Amino acid sequence: MLSVNQKKCDLCGKCVQVCPFGAMEIRDSRVEIGAACRMCRICLKNCPNHAILFTDGVRKKADRDRWKGILVFVECEGKQIHPVTLELIGKAKELASKIHHPVFSVFIGHDIGEKARELPEYGVDKVFVYDDVRFAYYREDLYANALEDCIKQSRPSVVLIGATSVGRSLAPRLSTRFRTGLTADCTVLDIKENSDLVQIRPAFGGNIMAQIVTEHSRPQFATVRYKVMEKAHRIMHQRNETSEDPFSEDLLSRDPFSETAERLEIRSLPENRMKSDIEVLEVIPKEKEESISEAEVIVAGGRGLKDKKDLVMLEELAALLGGRTAVSRPLVEAGWAPYTKQIGLSGRTVKPRLILTCGISGAVQFTSCMNTSQCIIAINKDPNAPIFETAHYGMVGDLYEIVPRLCEKIKKGRMPDAL
Amino acid sequence: MNILVCMKQVPGTNKVEVDEKTGVLKREGVDSKMNPYDLYAIETALWIGEKTGGKVTALTMGPPQAEAVIREAYMMGVEEGFLITDRKFAGADVLATGYTLSMGIRAVGEFDLILCGKQTTDGDTGQVGPALAEYLGIPHVSWVKRIEKVDGKGIVAEQDMADSTAVVKLSFPCLITVDKDIMQPRLPSYRKKLAAKGKPVGILTFQDFADRNESNYGLSGSATKVERIFPPESNTDRVIRKDTAAALTEQIFGILQGIKAI
Repeated sequence: MLSVNQKKCDLCGKCVQVCPFGAMEIRDSRVEIGAACRMCRICLKNCPNHAILFTDGVRKKADRDRWKGILVFVECEGKQIHPVTLELIGKAKELASKIHHPVFSVFIGHDIGEKARELPEYGVDKVFVYDDVRFAYYREDLYANALEDCIKQSRPSVVLIGATSVGRSLAPRLSTRFRTGLTADCTVLDIKENSDLVQIRPAFGGNIMAQIVTEHSRPQFATVRYKVMEKAHRIMHQRNETSEDPFSEDLLSRDPFSETAERLEIRSLPENRMKSDIEVLEVIPKEKEESISEAEVIVAGGRGLKDKKDLVMLEELAALLGGRTAVSRPLVEAGWAPYTKQIGLSGRTVKPRLILTCGISGAVQFTSCMNTSQCIIAINKDPNAPIFETAHYGMVGDLYEIVPRLCEKIKKGRMPDAL
Repeated sequence: MNILVCMKQVPGTNKVEVDEKTGVLKREGVDSKMNPYDLYAIETALWIGEKTGGKVTALTMGPPQAEAVIREAYMMGVEEGFLITDRKFAGADVLATGYTLSMGIRAVGEFDLILCGKQTTDGDTGQVGPALAEYLGIPHVSWVKRIEKVDGKGIVAEQDMADSTAVVKLSFPCLITVDKDIMQPRLPSYRKKLAAKGKPVGILTFQDFADRNESNYGLSGSATKVERIFPPESNTDRVIRKDTAAALTEQIFGILQGIKAI
């Protein structure tokens, strides 16, 4: 159906002129669309202010074969490519190889040419680059237009976006624009032979797992949190495998720079798609604090702690192990720790080499965000605590007795043999 | 100025289990409550209404009992409210929900500013706000943690991004999703409770919508389908020990040595 954005309309009357069915009328300083409208959209195409909107709720059944490729949205963190992008590229390669589809990336930003050239080294077949000063800061309308252009150009079967502040705002905008499905925070992704993406995610706060498919629409959108998938590795240039002689003419005559350049497609949008309704007045950087997501070793505290000052004991243990402390949600709500230290569905996902939980009961909202950690040791007084379903090593005991003893033992082990 | 705030009734508890054999959900308890994140959206809407002299309208979509959240909004001081309810809308995913809400909004009127909570505690996706903005053809800004300025024409807000805070300016119409703690939600006052008592809640059904193509709503209007549900895998490679603190400490120390953590 057609509607008029009265705020954008300046009552020029063009639509009234061009409508072949006489369905447009200006009444009380408003443009009204009457019953004679046949949705031919000539008015839309002729409106100089783009004030006429066509909304179509009808999904079209997509022809799966006409959509090929796994497209990964590239996000930047400061001057670097955000590590979640590399994790998604790794997953995209795995999925793509199963169905013989290519892997694409789309990179939107300013002065990103050099960084974009890194992506083929991770196995990306083609990188679509949108480089413009107007993309310097994230603005959802411009980024959405660029991603839309890329999707229309590359026709991927799947679009993977990191579940970051940018990704979680951008993905639903695009999936809705294409009238297709989006599954957020997928923890497992697989692909069927017919290219249907199998999207698995926790539901009801993590109490159950749901397996979701986007059967009839394309592209299939999914967002994935950081630290859920495995990072892609830089690959050696394939030609090393074909040529035996490392100094052969063939090898030396090839210019690695140009080969990478072939994999980049620089694109730009027409001017009318570069108009934004959002103005970024200021960007205030946040103090860069080491995130618990990066920690290889974590000591986490929960409701079993009786007092805020007892966190000091956990800090000591963490320091001895070269790790960081984290908390479960109740401690954040009690004001004992900032939410940046929270492991959970409303906090962060972690996958450290080692995590020691102290006095954490192990509600699914917590465990679903750390259960892929390599080694999980749980200390809890309650033998029935659900954390013991997740931990590799469950210690039923009092953290107030164990943690100090453990710290002492570790310190003793470090002291040079005295006497 | 016309302000709309969207809200959702969610289960009181997330405690659900799956019957492994049949794959059917066993939902414990029928308690329902207002999605806690929406309280912040309602408070922000009321605050903006007070600042600009604008009118605040509440909107929700759900089964008939979801009317309760509109009443709760009335008790906080919201002027008018609507419940979109129809069996034809059931089983909707984000795509169909966004569409249904957008059709409901078109049936009610035009709004300068639409507010949504960041996410729900049952869906957890946080997608409906942006999807709705897309259907309405208006810009949106997510993760708003503070309103710097607002008047009848537009808004300046602080957006909470991962490594920065962005101060953005938008003209109306637009949609924002607000974070927890943007403001402290006011408690319903006794006076407002009394005033809310007789207040009607507008009901919108399929018949009220301009688009009467049933396949655009509910299950048939959804692009995603849940193939199956299953309980989360529990770690089978597990060891549980109960012993004295000293013995357990030894054990942990041994494990740490084994994985070269110390």
